[in-house]
Amino acid sequence: MIRVVLPPHLQSLAQVGSEVSLDVSRHPLTRAAVLDALEARYPMLRGTIRDHVTAQRRPFLRFFACARDLTHDPPDAPLPEQVATGAEPLLVVGAIVGG
Amino acid sequence: MSGVRVLVGTRKGAFILTADGKRSRWTVSGPHFAGWEIYHIKGSPADPNRLYASQSSGWFGQVIQRSDDGGATWKTPGGGVTKEPGEMPQGESNKFVYDVTPGSGKPLTTHQWYDGTQHPWEFKRVWHLEPSLTDPETVYAGVEDAGLFRSRDGGTTWQELAGLRGHGSGPRWQPGAGGMCLHTILLDPKNPKRIYTAISAAGAFRSDDGGDTWRPINRGLHSQYIPEPNAEVGHCVHRLALHPSRPGVLFMQKHWDVMRSDDGGDSWREVSGNLPTDFGFVIDVHAHEPETIYVIPIKSDSEHFPPEGKLRVYRSKSGGNEWEPLTKGLPQRDCYVNVLRDAMSVDSLQPCGLYFGTTGGQVYGSADGGDSWTPIVRDLPAVLSVEAQTLP
Repeated sequence: MIRVVLPPHLQSLAQVGSEVSLDVSRHPLTRAAVLDALEARYPMLRGTIRDHVTAQRRPFLRFFACARDLTHDPPDAPLPEQVATGAEPLLVVGAIVGG
Repeated sequence: MSGVRVLVGTRKGAFILTADGKRSRWTVSGPHFAGWEIYHIKGSPADPNRLYASQSSGWFGQVIQRSDDGGATWKTPGGGVTKEPGEMPQGESNKFVYDVTPGSGKPLTTHQWYDGTQHPWEFKRVWHLEPSLTDPETVYAGVEDAGLFRSRDGGTTWQELAGLRGHGSGPRWQPGAGGMCLHTILLDPKNPKRIYTAISAAGAFRSDDGGDTWRPINRGLHSQYIPEPNAEVGHCVHRLALHPSRPGVLFMQKHWDVMRSDDGGDSWREVSGNLPTDFGFVIDVHAHEPETIYVIPIKSDSEHFPPEGKLRVYRSKSGGNEWEPLTKGLPQRDCYVNVLRDAMSVDSLQPCGLYFGTTGGQVYGSADGGDSWTPIVRDLPAVLSVEAQTLP
């Protein structure tokens, strides 16, 4: 199972804990595939991480995994193997900006 | 005994204030959606327990929330967790996509930007939700960048009424300081085909066919801050109000000037009269006296706080021109808050109750038509909107 850590506001919106597990069978595993599965399981999150139409990342959100900033990697780039095996989570992080 | 529910949207969540018909003791619940901006919450006139809320954030965008029990619990319409791996997700309640199909009102793709160039329409948030007067499942949303959307399935899906953006004047609309927002939606209780909207900074608009086609209704407005002061569009209208018994009479708080129309917006005349300043954001009408109206004058152009540090509601019992200050219970020194455009509301009890919220986090209430005021709560986050529901 793939693990995804959500920021607190999205945990509240989806009514889940800090980490969710998803069954994603795609190889290689990509961020787009993880977000597709996340939004399918939790439809209330559609539009909150990436735009409904363009699928562009919302500007104040970032993606980390395995101590790396993956934010600017293409959405179809392979994720680290540790994320694909479930050893490490993909972190969705709200940028520290604003009030 | 009947009661009142006051729905308060703030910069950091929603609060629900309830009282019985005496309106002397209040219960406060919240924050709901803590940390999110709640631009507006409003209840359905056809089912007071059906509430709609606009929840947004610079991080996560727009979310629509719905309650079917008067705000005790909330859900994102159609946004429940899917149970089966192949189940199609239903959650499109936060999906506001401008209609760009050629056959629906000649939709536009650009409006005027601050530098005078044309700029594409970009959805940012829902400013105002206006539930249908008769159907709890139908609700209208006024959005930034200015557009009007409608849901007929309880907020689950939204379709733009593109005839407003597409009627022809759209390329001349431009954002005000707060953005280019559609902030006012008035539904005519006597004519279900008639809808009024207002946009900053474009003006007021009317549809007489249920929202399919629109036209500007700004004749008589005079705005010295635009190149052509009497232009068809470009006026920074802050708020419209009407009394349900007389929906052809409209009142307007403009970015300077309080205005009145007696012909459904076909023409306007100024009724600012003896106000200390004719700038402000809110305007509302007494529930039982169609000629009694209220505004809260605000100093401008950039200060945006009450003149002389005195928070005063002004009441006219003659439909404008002659105004009296209402000060009892309101701070009369060192007060430098603002009252934003959706932050005043009335109930329909006897006597009429009034409520308004400030950017300092106070919500003031009056149970005697404005003669006296008391703070219901004092220390909320900055208040964006206030809506009163009169409960059976």
